Order: sequence, then structure tokens, then C-alpha cells
Amino acid sequence: MTPVQQTYPAVPAAPAGVPAARGRALTKVYGRGDTRVTALDAVDVEFRRGEFTAIMGPSGSGKSTLMHCMAGLDSLTSGQAWIGDAELSALDDTGLTRLRRDRVGFVFQAFNLLPTLTALENITLPMDIAGRAPDRAWLDEVVDAVGLRPRLGHRPTELSGGQQQRVACARALAGRPEVVFADEPTGNLDSRSGGSVLSFLRSSVREMGQTVVMVTHDPVAAAYADRVLFLADGRIVDEMTSPTAERVLDRMKAFDSAGRVVEVG
Amino acid sequence: MRRATLRSLLAHKLRLALSAVAIVLGVAFVAGTMIFTDTLDRTFTALFQSTASDVGVTAEAGFDAGVDGTAGTRPVPAELAQRIRGVEGVAAAEGYVQAEGVYLLTADGQVLDTGGAPGIGASWITDPELSLGELTEGRAPERAGEVALDSGSAAEAGYTVGDRVTLLTPGPRVDATVVGVFTFGEDGGLAGASLTAFDLATAQDLTGAGDGYTGIQVLAADDVTDAELRDRVAAVVGDGYDVQTAQQQADEQSAALEEGLSFITVLLTAFAVIALFVGSFIILNTFSMLVAQRSRELALLRALGASRGQVTRSVLVEAAVLGVVGATLGLAGGFGIATGLRALFGTFGLTLDGDLVLSAGTVVWSYAVGVVVTLLAAWVPARRAARTPPVAAMREDHVAVERSLRRRTVVGAVLAAGAAVTLVGSAVAEDGGNAPALVGVGALALVLAAVALSPVAARPFARALGALLPRLAGTAGRLARDNAQRNPRRTAATASALMVGLTLVTGFGVLGASANASVDALVDDALRADYVVSTAVGQPFTPEVADRLRGLDEVAAVLQERFTQVQLDGQAVFAAAVDAATLDRGLTLEYLSGSSDGLAGRGVLVDETTAEARGWEVGDTVEAVSAGGQRAQLTVGGVYAANQAVGSVVVSLETDAALGGPALDRYVHVVLAEGTDAAAGRAAIESVVESYPVVSLKDRDEFAGEQKGQVDQVLLLINALLVLSVVIAVLGIVNTLAMSVLERTREIGLLRAVGMTRRQLRRTVRLEAVLISVYGSVLGLGLGLVLGVSLTRALAEQGITELVVPGGRLVGFLVLGALIGVVAAAWPARRAARMQVLDAIATA
Repeated sequence: MTPVQQTYPAVPAAPAGVPAARGRALTKVYGRGDTRVTALDAVDVEFRRGEFTAIMGPSGSGKSTLMHCMAGLDSLTSGQAWIGDAELSALDDTGLTRLRRDRVGFVFQAFNLLPTLTALENITLPMDIAGRAPDRAWLDEVVDAVGLRPRLGHRPTELSGGQQQRVACARALAGRPEVVFADEPTGNLDSRSGGSVLSFLRSSVREMGQTVVMVTHDPVAAAYADRVLFLADGRIVDEMTSPTAERVLDRMKAFDSAGRVVEVG
Repeated sequence: MRRATLRSLLAHKLRLALSAVAIVLGVAFVAGTMIFTDTLDRTFTALFQSTASDVGVTAEAGFDAGVDGTAGTRPVPAELAQRIRGVEGVAAAEGYVQAEGVYLLTADGQVLDTGGAPGIGASWITDPELSLGELTEGRAPERAGEVALDSGSAAEAGYTVGDRVTLLTPGPRVDATVVGVFTFGEDGGLAGASLTAFDLATAQDLTGAGDGYTGIQVLAADDVTDAELRDRVAAVVGDGYDVQTAQQQADEQSAALEEGLSFITVLLTAFAVIALFVGSFIILNTFSMLVAQRSRELALLRALGASRGQVTRSVLVEAAVLGVVGATLGLAGGFGIATGLRALFGTFGLTLDGDLVLSAGTVVWSYAVGVVVTLLAAWVPARRAARTPPVAAMREDHVAVERSLRRRTVVGAVLAAGAAVTLVGSAVAEDGGNAPALVGVGALALVLAAVALSPVAARPFARALGALLPRLAGTAGRLARDNAQRNPRRTAATASALMVGLTLVTGFGVLGASANASVDALVDDALRADYVVSTAVGQPFTPEVADRLRGLDEVAAVLQERFTQVQLDGQAVFAAAVDAATLDRGLTLEYLSGSSDGLAGRGVLVDETTAEARGWEVGDTVEAVSAGGQRAQLTVGGVYAANQAVGSVVVSLETDAALGGPALDRYVHVVLAEGTDAAAGRAAIESVVESYPVVSLKDRDEFAGEQKGQVDQVLLLINALLVLSVVIAVLGIVNTLAMSVLERTREIGLLRAVGMTRRQLRRTVRLEAVLISVYGSVLGLGLGLVLGVSLTRALAEQGITELVVPGGRLVGFLVLGALIGVVAAAWPARRAARMQVLDAIATA
């Protein structure tokens, strides 16, 4: 029984010029016949290195599906997705699993941590699963950046919601992934805790050169990003760089009325 | 509310199936035991009630011997039948003769196998109204050289009317012609025994009854009740005879037989209790998990205005439905178990004819047990669910509050102390007779203590043993260890099932190994002769064998050994009757005073324990009374150190005969003449033994092997039953793990999302299962050792003198325990690995 199985390099060698992740003609269809729903409709998307992208859109717009398909959590009906230079549809389940383990970081809305493990154990979990020793210096840097050093030995139940999400962020970054996917990371937090989580994600991009993709419905959260993609009915309908909360909110309102017009019409 | 409950039941078919399995198995055990016991009962009751007479007369026993076949009985004089016929209200009275030791030979000269059941020879009762059997072919035997066979034996041996047959009897061999075939009792069943009928005079000759009878059957006239007739007959025959109505006889015989078979019933009931005990753990576990999983759903109901009572009731209704379904399936499973048991006992020669008996009691008990146990097991989690504040359960990160283990620790400690006192008490008890019962009580207390304490010990154990796991299996190992520690109650309850099973397997393993070692010790220490001639099951056989062996040139000495029950100074003992002249050549007795010469005349040798207990010394006179009522004054001629071969009292064959003991040997020890070639000697003895297929020739090793074979056979039977409890244990582990996997769906999703492969996930589940099963095995082995050692010590007086712990086998059990974990984990592990990551994450 040797737990150490390492197929992918610990720190992915990122060929210069290749985006951290991209998708071409991403299509996802659920059900068939009358219940057929097109969640993603031939979406082309690119996430550049060192960029913080927010994905916004009303419920059912396909923003979560886009993230899941890009992250290798869900399969595409057609189209292709890449993490770095790895094409996801070419990978089997084990290959996808290892890709997620070594090259992708995740922050979910809730239930990010294993209750039996301490904060530190949760942070190093992907590396432990890989049977790989963490990069100490980098780990220290990440832990200090999230400001959790005094609480590393605590279990999730002993941490506040904001602290739990910061532990999740630290875990996502600890393996130096090619890209971090965050699914409504502040959805369950009050504005202050949410703010500290978002600040951390932004600084990880600015100071550590990370690539972060965040799904959110909160204009304030989206304002932390470098770029906002707007999805509606499975298509990217708009894009905004250097967003502010007001501009995002206005755009979303336009959506709502447009949506209503469509509905009425 | 009811609709919500039923919807929830149907929505969770898988959970339903898992919990139902536990109930089904528990009930199946109970129902199977009851069905089998009822069937046994029916078979024997039918057998005895087929006695056609209304009143029976037999000679009164000198004392209640308790064990059949060891006591000679006085014949009833023929003139008594004449006197009874003269009693008013007697329609008919006829004497009959009956004896054991009559075996039918098959066409190829082998004894027809009765599988240990007796071969009975009897006189044919000519009055058809009094006759035991009913002729289906031919006619009744009327003169010497004619016999009638019971239909079962005739069919098995392939004989029919007109065939020539040979019979072994306590006296000479008999060649005869089959003139009739008859059925016996309701179903023609004799529970495996064979019955051969002769004419009265032949039967009297063969059994040495002279012109007397074994008993007299009396038929009542129409105008008199059995009880009245019994009183009238009793007045005529006077003292010294038992006069009983048919009902009394049947009751007495059934009772005696039931007592003889009581160990089977006790054993089966014990297994049923264990099965239920173990089963209720599983049910409790299942419901705890069901409720924990549904805590949010239940909290929603509470928030919407359902009262605590309603929530409790909804869980209980679910349990009741499950209990009824489980009990119904369990009842069907019980038929399967009873069928299996019947087949198993059939191979041991106890043939049960007719259909299995399903009594109302079995049905009522099955449902009562299934539903009540399920309700009780569901009650605790139901109350807990109702008490959960709605808000707490609705919260995202709701974690069930862990209750203190203090009460368990206290209860467990008290039970353990009680168990220790009882077990130590059994070891030092003055009266050895109570020791096994004390061990039983102590063992039960010990198991209960272990059940109470095992959650307390589960964490330290998982931590200690689990310390190896991260090193062996990395993160999978660590997660497995952490998961096993997470809910010590659940881990312990799951392990308990295996613990109970392994406690018994280990305990009986120690007992069996000790019994076998005791056989070896007995053969080494007590047997001196070169060969032993006996039947496989210690049945009596004709002394003709010993006579003919004595005639061989190759044989220097022959020692006949018989067993009898006799009352010495008012207390019944088992006595060995032996050839005084050859005792010291065939057996080794260590004399503390006196010698084998002390058997001369009406001498008796007693062992040290008996001599001390009764205060007897060489030269003392004791009063002996036989079961048949004969009396004799015996002189103590020697005292010997405890010896398993002969027991506590030895008399000479002559004394035994004077006390009315039947002239049938149990063992014949043969010593070869000096200088005789072993092969030639054996061939010579074999040539004699050959013509008595009931008996076989064994050298010392073969004799030991045969004795050990019997021990092993009993162990096999016990272990076969225990396998079923292990099956329940395996299902318990499967159940717990499957539930845990369901419960941890989101964790599994998270693990898979952050990069755990399916293989690693499977390994995590598997290791957790192994940790649980090894925990149960270790506890079981520990308790089993205590049980086995105590039991062995307690049975020292019954001949288990050695104490052996079968180390290799115990290690094997431990490995088996670990394997059980792997097997049990297979399905839950696959389920866990197959979960779709997204579904798992999305599960709220």
C-alpha cells in the first residue's frame, strides 16, 4: 500500500501565453424532449493568468454549470475545456480527479471543510491525498495571508463562518493551483466576514499572481474582481472590466427588466 | 402527519431495506427456533401418544436413575397380568417385553444405521386394540424365527415380507424371516430409532426376561375412566409397581425426552436471544442514523407546528411499519432456518417426519418480538429527534450534541465487577454442580458490561490501532481512523454484534480444545490396554465379543467395562463395572489405599473426592440400591486418585449383575499377549470384531480420535449456528457503513472535489470497516477467553481436566474479523466511490 502516486507536477509548469483555463463552444444540455434544458449554449470563454474574474447572472443563467464544467466537476454535452494545457474531455475519472487535486483549487458556498480534521489538516488535505509534502514556505505565506495562524489546530466547528471560508481559501491556494474556482464563497457570510474573504482572494491575485474565477450574485462581491462576465440563458451576454458595485448593479437591473420584457413578450 | 411519515418511508427504500434486514434476521432466528422446537415436540408427543393402552403397569424403580439405559429393571411377573385381567373394568391386559440393543443388519452384513438412536426389540402385542404398531404388510410374528420390522427400517434396508434377515441382539445373533411390516405412531416415525417385533416367547428369551414382562398394557372397558381403572389396578398389584394412565406415561416420557433434548432448545433459544440482541443494535443504529439524517426534515415539521409527540410518533409509526414487514419476512426466514436445522439433525440420526409445525405462539412471538424490538430501538432516537430545537436542526452546520458516556461507564463498571465476582465464585465454588450455571450468569454479565463499556473504549482503541493506519495508508488511513472515532457509540454498537458472536466462538473453541486435550490426557494416563472395542457412540453391546476375544491366543487379557447407576448410602452415583481380575492390565488406577483386590466379593473402589466427601475409608460398608430395587452391602476395598476413565466408583461385573445391571458391555479393553506381532494381533482381534458391525476396534490413537471426533462434531454444530450470528454482524457493519456513507455524502463530495480518487475513497471506507470489525473481534476474543477458561474450569468435574488455549485458531479468528470488515465494506465502499461529485456537493 503506497499512498504516494504522483502523476502531475506539484506546481504546474505553465507555458507562457497559455491562459489558465479556457472553454470553446461549451454546451451542456440536461434532460430530453419536453424537459430538455440548455444550461450552456456554445459558450466561448477564457480566463487569463493572474486575473480575478467574476461570473454573474440571474438564477438559472448557467453560471454554476459553467464553473462546474470548467473545473472538471461536470461533463460537457459538447465543446472543449482546458485547464492550462490539459483538455478535460480527454481525461477519465481518475485523470480528472488528479487534475482537480493538483491543478485546481475550490471554495464552495458551504461545507468546505471536513469536520474531523483541524484547520491545518484541511488546508493540506489535497496534498495529503496526493501523498505529497506541502511547500512549507508557501504554506506559511498563505496561512499568514488569511490570518489564521493562531487557529490552525482548531476543528471547523470551533471556527466562525468567515474563518471557515478563509480556511477553504487557504486550502484552495496551498497547492498553487493553475486556477481557483469559488462558488458563491461569501453567500453565507455577513458583509464584514465576506469582505475579508474577498480581500484575500483579490490579494492572492494581485500579490501571488493567482487566477481566480468566482461565481456570485452579489454586485458588491463582483466589484472585487478585475472583470465581470454576465450570463443569461446559457450565453455570455456582456463583459465588464474594472467593475464597481454600482455599475454591476445597474447592469443586473437592466437584465431583470430585459428578462421581464422577454417574459411578457 | 401520517402522510408525511409514509412518504418518508417510501422515499428511502434503500434505508428501509437495510433496517429491515436486521429485523428479518432476528425474527427468523426466533421463529426458526420455535418452529423447530414445536416440530420436535410434535414428533415425540405423537410417538408417545400412540401408546394404545389406557393404563400401563411397570416395575417401580429403586430410585430415579434419570439416565436411560444404565439401569436394569426388574421384570413384571406373568401372573400379575392374569390378576389384572380379573379387575372389574379391564377389557384386556397383555404383557410385553422391550429392550434396547437389537439391531437389524442390511443385506451386505452392515448394521442398519440409526445414527445413534436406539435399536429396540419388542414383543408383538397380539390384541390389536393394545398394539403399538399397525401392520401395513404381512402378519404379526407368531413363532421363533419370525419378525416384523418398522416400515422406516424396512424401507431403508430394502427388506420386504419374505426376506431373510439377521439381527444383533444383546444375546446371540438371530436369523429370521420378515413376516410383517408395521407403522408406528402417527407418521410412522420413530425419530430415527428402529423397532423390531418378535413373538413374546422369543422376545423373552432374547432379553433374558425369563417368563416375565417389561410391563403390562391394560385396556379399559367403555364404562370406566382411565384414572378410575388406574386406581383399581394399583390396588390389585400392590407396592413395587408403577401404574399410570396413558396420558401420564406419555407426559412422563415426553418430559424425559424433552429434558434429554433440552440442551438443543436451550442452545437455540440462546442463539435467538443473541440474534435479537445483535439485531436490536442494528435496528437502534439504523434508526439513530435515519433520524440524524432527517433531523432537518423533522425540524422543518417542528417549525411548521408539529408537536414533539407528533414527531416522536411519526418515527415510531415508521418503526412499526418496518417491524411488521420485517417480522413477516423473518417468519418466512424462520421456516428456512427450521428446515435447515431439521436437515442438520437428520444427519445426526434424529429424523423428524411430517411437516414443520407453525403454532399460533410462533406467529404471535415473531410479530411481538419484531415490532416491539423495533419500536424500542426507535424510541430513543425518536425522542432525541423530537427534542432537537427546530432552529438548531435547520442550521447549516448542525452537529448532534454528543452525550456523556459517564452513565455507561458506571453501569459497565458495576456489571463488570458483578461478572468478575460471579466468575471467580464459579472457580472457587465448593459445589461443582453450580459452577456451569454461575459461569453462564457471569458470562452474560460480562458481555453486557462489555456492551456498556465498549463505546468508552472505542476511541482509545481506534486511536491506538489507528495510529498505524496513516503510516500504512496515508490520508485514507487517517480519515478512516477519524471516522471510526467520530461516533464511539455507533462504532461500539456495530462492533458489539461481532463481539457477541466471537465471544461464543472463542469460548467454545477454548472449551473444545480443552476437551480434546483432556481426551488425550485420559488416553495417555488412564488407558493401558493396546486396543479398545466399542460402538462409536458408547451404546451397549453383547458380551459375546469379550468372550470370543478371550479365546484368542494373541490376547493376554480382556477387560470388560460397563456403566451403571446405583445409589450408595442414599446418594445416586455413576459406577463403572469391570473385570476385577484384569482391571490393572487394562486401565491405570493410582491407588491411594487398597488395590484392585478390593473388588473381590462385594467390594467397591471409590475415588479420592468421593471418599473424602462421604468420609469413607477402606473396610467401611456402604448400602447399595440399584435402579431395579435390588440391594447389596458393599465393602470399600480401595481409594484411587480421580480418574476420568472409570469415574468416581468402580464395582466388579459380578456385583453389577447382582444389582440387576444388564449384561451389556460399553467398552472392551484388549491387551495383546507378550511377543505378539502388532499386525498379527490386530488381525486376530479384527476377525472377531468383524462379525459385530456395531462395534469397532481402535488402538489408543484411534480411540482418542473417535472421542475427539464427537467433541468436534458438537463444536461444529455450535459453530454452524454461530455463523448465522456472524452473518448478522456482517450485515450490521454493512448497514452502519452504508448509513455513514449516506450521512457523509457532502464530505465525500468535497473529498472527491479536492482530488481524492475513487480507489482512495474505497480504501477509506474499507479501513474504517476493518477498524470496527477488528475492535469487535478483539473484544470478542478477550471475553471469549475469559468465558472459555471459566467454563473449562467449571466443567473440570465433568472430565475436562486440561486447559488449552488454541492460540493459532484465535489468531485465525482475528484475521477472520479483519476480513469480515473488508467483505462488509465492499458494497458501501462502492456506493461511496460511485457518488457523482456534483450530486454529493449539491446535497443539502
